[in-house]
Amino acid sequence: MSDTMRIDVTVNGRLRTIEVAMHHTLLEVLRDDIDLTGTKECCVVGECGACTVIVDGRSMNSCLMLAVEVDGSEITTVEGLATEGHLSRLQESFLDHGAAQCGFCIPGQLMSAYALLQSNPDPTADDVHEALAGNLCRCAGYQQITEAVLAAAEEGKR
Amino acid sequence: MTMSTVGKSAHRIGGFNRVTGLQEYVADLKMHDALHVQLVTIDCAHARILAIDSSKAEEVPGVRFVMTAADLPQPVPRFGMQYQDRPVIADGEVNYHGEPVAAVAAETKDAAEEAALLVRVDYEELPAVLSIADALDPSSPLVQDPSIRVPGPLAETNILCEYHFGWGDVDAQRADLVVENTYEWPMQTHFAIEPHGFLAAPDGDGVAVWSSIQHPYQLQKTVARVVGLPLAKVRVFAPDPGGGFGGKQHSKLEPLLAFMALKAGRPVRLILSLEETFQLVRRASTEIHVRTGFKSDGTIVFQDFVNNYLGGAYADTADRITAKSGYLSAGPYRTPAVRILARAVLSHTTPVHPYRGFGIPQVSWAREMNLDEGALALGIDRLEIRLRNLAKYGEEFVPSDTPADGDWAETVRKAAEEIGWGTPLSEGRGRGIAIGVKSGPTTGLSFATARFLADGSVLVYSGTSDMGQGARTIFAQIAGEELGVPLSQISVVMGDTAVVPYDQQTSASRSSVLMGNVVLDACRDIQRKIRAMAARIHGIEESEIVVDRGVVRLPDGERPIVDVLKEGLGRMGGELVGNGESRKDAVPEHPLGGTAAFFEFNCTACDVEVDPETGETTVLRHVTVGDVGLALNPAQVKGQDEGAAVMGLGHALMEHIITDGEGRVRNLGAIDYRIPTSKDLPVEFISKTVENADGPGPYGVKGISEGSLLCTAPAVASAVRDATGAVIRDLPLSPERVWRAMKEQEQA
Repeated sequence: MSDTMRIDVTVNGRLRTIEVAMHHTLLEVLRDDIDLTGTKECCVVGECGACTVIVDGRSMNSCLMLAVEVDGSEITTVEGLATEGHLSRLQESFLDHGAAQCGFCIPGQLMSAYALLQSNPDPTADDVHEALAGNLCRCAGYQQITEAVLAAAEEGKR
Repeated sequence: MTMSTVGKSAHRIGGFNRVTGLQEYVADLKMHDALHVQLVTIDCAHARILAIDSSKAEEVPGVRFVMTAADLPQPVPRFGMQYQDRPVIADGEVNYHGEPVAAVAAETKDAAEEAALLVRVDYEELPAVLSIADALDPSSPLVQDPSIRVPGPLAETNILCEYHFGWGDVDAQRADLVVENTYEWPMQTHFAIEPHGFLAAPDGDGVAVWSSIQHPYQLQKTVARVVGLPLAKVRVFAPDPGGGFGGKQHSKLEPLLAFMALKAGRPVRLILSLEETFQLVRRASTEIHVRTGFKSDGTIVFQDFVNNYLGGAYADTADRITAKSGYLSAGPYRTPAVRILARAVLSHTTPVHPYRGFGIPQVSWAREMNLDEGALALGIDRLEIRLRNLAKYGEEFVPSDTPADGDWAETVRKAAEEIGWGTPLSEGRGRGIAIGVKSGPTTGLSFATARFLADGSVLVYSGTSDMGQGARTIFAQIAGEELGVPLSQISVVMGDTAVVPYDQQTSASRSSVLMGNVVLDACRDIQRKIRAMAARIHGIEESEIVVDRGVVRLPDGERPIVDVLKEGLGRMGGELVGNGESRKDAVPEHPLGGTAAFFEFNCTACDVEVDPETGETTVLRHVTVGDVGLALNPAQVKGQDEGAAVMGLGHALMEHIITDGEGRVRNLGAIDYRIPTSKDLPVEFISKTVENADGPGPYGVKGISEGSLLCTAPAVASAVRDATGAVIRDLPLSPERVWRAMKEQEQA
């Protein structure tokens, strides 16, 4: 029915070879083909950030990328943040600061924050607001999310 | 008091799953063999459907069937929260932009999407009723055929409902000043980040439905009635919604999905796009005309309201919102005479659903702005005029209703103090203050079960939906407190009508209070059984034993409840089961059918700066103070309070649904409908509480989840006026609107 292509992609450290529809987005392939539903779908036009993942070190809206574009790439999703059942510093900090309310935007917030801390380990509150401006939270827990990111950064310096 | 968990910012129960991506929302559920559903709509607000040709769609490989009204029982079943007027799918007519006319079921999402575009709908566009003025014009077409209206004098009009509230004689009052204005509030959308999602599947000789829903038990009732099944044969699963804000209260497309699942004999799934979600339900827009009468010292002598609410094509919740918010139009002010006409009209627009605040932000906008006008005209300080008229603790400010249930002046003074009321501001800046008050639930019926297991861990069963407010955590804290069990050993089960007992609904900031009391009651039931157990073990009378807050007090000492449990259950183990139940009964003679369980009371104050070149408003400092009774979990209170305030800022400054002249929504989706981002936070954000432990919930809690958006818009508009002199009576306070108002002010 539709053209497909085989891609090799490393997701959360695991190399996968998968046949994807040419027109399917990375978001669709993550959620529907490899059952990683932690990455969320909301606006599908790159405005809400719920689908944010890390592609080769950069935060991307997975709804705006075709899956075929990530052939040969390394991807980290929210499921890849914890290691062997242990939450990352950032995830712990989100819990400590009550940053997750309904939780639907949180995977995207975490991935944007992760990308920020990779490139800027010592951000200011303004840096956090800027880096996470593309991640909508209708519970509007922005203050707690910012506090969580700053606290995680602070702890990372110790 | 030996409070061990209450009043502490315990980690959210369910937090782990939320930060790891493991939390399963409706769209994340994997259903073996499910068909994908795609809706078919037409780009038109009002039309007669002449023919639907699905033959091309059915040729698409993988398409199983296309469902239209013709495939449903005839007449097409209708449903609704108050009026049974919404058809399962468009029945001969489209009555609002986006109303589904057909639904495709296919093996893949791609096939369903492709086929939906191939369903050919022939239709004749009809004149649409789009505004309050249109609806009230007797020459306008009727939005609803009288045959589906409630018989009576309104059945042949576009007026859905009309209420007259009030007390005293407005016309007999002698006022030194009367201020009279009309204030408008636009349509807005809830914009939960999780779009609505629905699944249905045959379940033995019944049906199972999954929905992102706040009221699973109301959904069960609706599906059972529409499909024709006993309640026990309709199982509703309600995974935690990814945000609700009122938008996920009542049934929408679930009846359609249930019919499709039964037809297919297989599961069906429909996950809406954000655009489709915008077209499903919306907030009521309003035009409120208010006359406020003052004595020269600022005392309010009358308030006279004509509130018009623009409802949609189907009643949904428009009537109740009109009644409940209209009833409290006069706010928390002592007023000798009040007259309120609250009316909702039908129109060819999206149906009106509850929205955080339930109409109160709209009435507060009108009342508080008019109060400012009075203060300005009389030369009285805006804070002072509010304090002068504010109801005192225990005062019956609405005759025959619940008296003021808090020290409200304390709340207002605290907000004034935090903002530094009276301190000077630099040029181009302004300060505003406003008050909001909302009735909590007027009726309630909730059940809960707690199971104290043999190892001392606890299961709590509750029909509340945890949509971000953190209900699970609150109930666990209560159970932990009463049974002396750490939160790590408590699980709270929700979201399955075959497992958890009945709860009326999750709305009106009720759950910490009403369901909280029921969980408390279930734990007390267990405590009674523990007492009997302890009497047996120690060979003493029950009357000699007190069980309280995790401890069994015996004549000669204390034991933890858990120790008594383990000894009492013995080698066989097992469990103790506690049941809780509470009802807040209806009061038939009350205009709303019941008194307020509590009031949510908030005072908001802010400092803004307005850019004279662009009209852009920056909130420099934002203060919200809520009377919360007691913050059972301070971190969650802060999250809800700040979240509501930011949402309120969105409504005040940027949000509105835009329709064209034919009633088509023109800003569907996240690009064109803007909500606050992290960059829209106030520069300084201060969220405070007043806690006198005087609420009706466990340990004195009140509901808190709406308070800080009840009066955001008037506080901000008041500050904008203070900064610029610009008088604005409709929302949002977009840069363009503020800029224009500033120019008009300059010219005047």
